[in-house]
Amino acid sequence: MSYIPHTDSEAEAMLAEIGAGSIEELFEAVPASHRFPGLNLPPPMSEMEVAAEMLAISEANDHGQDFAMFRGAGAYHHFIPSAVNHILLRGEFYTAYTPYQPEISQGTLQATYEYQSMMCALTGMDAANASHYDGATSLAEAVTVALEVARHRRRKVIFSHAIHPQYREVARTYHQGRDIRIIGDRGRGEIVDLLEMLDDNTAMLAVQYPNFFGQIDELATVAEAAHAAGALFVVVANPMALSLFKSPGELGADIVVGEAQPMGVPLGFGGPYLGYFAIRQNYVRRIAGRIIGETLDADGKRAFVMTLRPREQDIKRERASSNICTNQGLMALAASVYMALMGKNGLRRVGELNYHKAHYAAERIHRLDGFSVDTSKPFFNEFVVACPRPVAEINAALLEEGIIGGYDLGQHYYHLDSHMLVCATETNGKDEIDRLVEVLGGLG
Amino acid sequence: MASAELQPLIYDIGAAGRSGVNLPEPDVPLSPLPTDLMRADLPLPEVGEVQVVRHFVKLSKLNYSIDEGLYPLGSCTMKYNPKVNEDAARLPGFAQLHPLTDEDGCQGALFLMHELQRWLGEISGFEAVSLTPAAGAQGEFAGILMIRRYHIDRGEGQRDFILVPNSAHGTNPATVTMAGMEVRELPADSQGNVDMHALHAACEGELRDRIAGMMITVPSTLGLFESTILEVIDTVQDAGGMMYMDGANMNALMGVVKPGELGFDVMHYNLHKTFSTPHGGGGPGSGAVGVNAKLAPYLPGPIVAIVEEEADDSPPLYGFVMPQKSIGRMKAFHGNFGMHLRAYAYIRVYGDSGIRDVTRYAVLNANYLRAKLMRTYPVPYPRYCGHEFVLEGHIDGADEVHALDISKRLMDYGFHPPTNYFPLIVPEALLIEPTETEVKEDLDAFVEAMESIADEARTEPETLLTAPHTAPVRRLDEVRAARELVLCCAPAMPAH
Repeated sequence: MSYIPHTDSEAEAMLAEIGAGSIEELFEAVPASHRFPGLNLPPPMSEMEVAAEMLAISEANDHGQDFAMFRGAGAYHHFIPSAVNHILLRGEFYTAYTPYQPEISQGTLQATYEYQSMMCALTGMDAANASHYDGATSLAEAVTVALEVARHRRRKVIFSHAIHPQYREVARTYHQGRDIRIIGDRGRGEIVDLLEMLDDNTAMLAVQYPNFFGQIDELATVAEAAHAAGALFVVVANPMALSLFKSPGELGADIVVGEAQPMGVPLGFGGPYLGYFAIRQNYVRRIAGRIIGETLDADGKRAFVMTLRPREQDIKRERASSNICTNQGLMALAASVYMALMGKNGLRRVGELNYHKAHYAAERIHRLDGFSVDTSKPFFNEFVVACPRPVAEINAALLEEGIIGGYDLGQHYYHLDSHMLVCATETNGKDEIDRLVEVLGGLG
Repeated sequence: MASAELQPLIYDIGAAGRSGVNLPEPDVPLSPLPTDLMRADLPLPEVGEVQVVRHFVKLSKLNYSIDEGLYPLGSCTMKYNPKVNEDAARLPGFAQLHPLTDEDGCQGALFLMHELQRWLGEISGFEAVSLTPAAGAQGEFAGILMIRRYHIDRGEGQRDFILVPNSAHGTNPATVTMAGMEVRELPADSQGNVDMHALHAACEGELRDRIAGMMITVPSTLGLFESTILEVIDTVQDAGGMMYMDGANMNALMGVVKPGELGFDVMHYNLHKTFSTPHGGGGPGSGAVGVNAKLAPYLPGPIVAIVEEEADDSPPLYGFVMPQKSIGRMKAFHGNFGMHLRAYAYIRVYGDSGIRDVTRYAVLNANYLRAKLMRTYPVPYPRYCGHEFVLEGHIDGADEVHALDISKRLMDYGFHPPTNYFPLIVPEALLIEPTETEVKEDLDAFVEAMESIADEARTEPETLLTAPHTAPVRRLDEVRAARELVLCCAPAMPAH
């Protein structure tokens, strides 16, 4: 019976110990009128058959191994060193539970502590938690922290429209039961236009870095203006870009959140991903979710433990600021191994490869008839291309040539009809980029 | 694990200039870097590949895991995580599939999600399922937001109370607060059921019009089927409230009873408990939500639907849709797909005739442990349990020994401890959930360890009070951790 080891004679012996005549008897408290319903499911399958079926289903997808990938928009196709997956496949890591018993969970605890430390290094923050579900929910939780810091006396939250559209949707889902207003993202203005909205009712102002269009905005003056109004400055950052660009901490951020999927987590059709959350020391006690700290054991040996536990839902119950329990622990381990392998020099080189590939692609596309690339601001590995025809049409033509093209911005931004967000990473060889340019050239 | 050595921090090994990865040279012309925007320093470790691998392998040895042995952590359903599912998740067609792939290009993934939605709905008797919530707590949040929106749409926005039994998981009351609603706690009676007197008082009193619903775990967090569950549901629904079932304990219900048929309006599933997706040292999980027809329009989106019916020579076309009155997105993209595909493979293996056996043997194992352990430890409720049961970590003649000490001592015997001090309503609670994947010999060995510990408690209590003795570390100074708050070991950064 699949993963159930009992023999019939064992089951009988166990029932005798219990004093029950049958397993069914154990369910006598379930209302008889509803007990043991039929189940309309497919019949059982052997492991061999299941493996074949999963392979067949997976092959009915257009994936990054068969296609040249130029799509990002919040999910990125990066090289992942083999060692990452081999560590993730250690049963000691992936079949363990949350480290509530620290004496026998030091592996998970130390790896998570190291993850927190490396996220602090990237973001320029003082503390990071053990993870949120994804970049979007990290932003939603940052809103909660900002409201708490303002003791719920400030009820306005300002978002740039250049934050990932789905992140803004999720923040609105999270806070629909609260008496607050999220504003600023309906127009198409620049960040400076947001500064006029700051007032003494503003709990936070959030921007994305690089923004959803791949561009690097000037942030230091934004931070100053937010702080002058007494609001928190929250930056949604792609950690891969932080390999090259100034850390948000250096630019004045109070909270840095985002999606750490680029750090060792595969595309995986959108999840499980890794929401990271990093914060300045003065707000650390407001952080939601698990956080690992250093301490000593009874013999004075250094060890790690989940700390600031009284904030969490299992202790604080209805007075907790978030209900988060399960997080994305294994993905944090992936990021930990990835960042350790890449290290100071490797990550910088990956960042440079992304930069050079994207700039090469942008320059060549910009020279094509009918296409133009927005180069008004510096960018990292994504850029906006104005196209001579609907993006859907262009992508259909690219797909014919084995290329997954850019993201159709018209789906979210009315003023960006026929605009495509193109991403190039270290995984895109020059030959792939040249092929992309060639096919686009035929569509001009 | 016992002999494993503590490890230095990743920042304390390595040498300047070392890297654990070999990257290609750029094959495109170099573009000028914007030096004024760039950071001066990237304070990450500098470690070689071999060192990194050894570091994490050695860390792994400091963990206890299901792959090592029995993990009877109540309410967490620590069952075996099938290896074939891990292989499936790593197929390039899943692992390298972009979430914003055009629908034509991800029909395999959409088909899988559509099947899983249907199967989960079938197993629990619900009309519609959304797979988007990332964890149980997020499923709860989605459920309570749906209930809130439902009442508002009917012009009953004043309904802002959610009833929660005092035995509930902490996520339940925390969820209610996040949704901007208020918790009314209900006591348990002497049998561990919801106190019906208190429930009737709440639902029939002057606050009747403010009852938005009730969250309840079935079987309860004590591992007991509430014999009065139908009356509970009727009472709340008569008052105009909606019934939310916390599905954390679904491992006790599959093929035994469908919550939707009992009358529940909405529930969440924990794919990482019931459907075997790995816990990963704390996550990821997946907290799909199922609803009846009343709440279906409010589901978080997107969900997968057939957008073009099957024709003579072509299969149906699947696509993402937002339910008509959706509460919105719970996360970016479409949920933890990697967990969906593992749950799909898991249900596929058991199929129609096998899924019920999961529950049958989970409940058999729990009752077997209960029957054997009640000779040594007090068991508060004299009736069959579901997939888990609670006992009191109290040993006559050893008053200074607590549930925590028993738990720590179990580590020396090679077992992960049960959940301690939950549910809050049982003193010295030890909540034990063996799951169906455990073999009788290991259950017997666990019982022997628990009996031996009870003996030690009387004869050498100090051994328990100072346990564990063979784990990689001894008990930790948690007060120091919270007071000194050392949360980061990265080198200091340039001043802000």
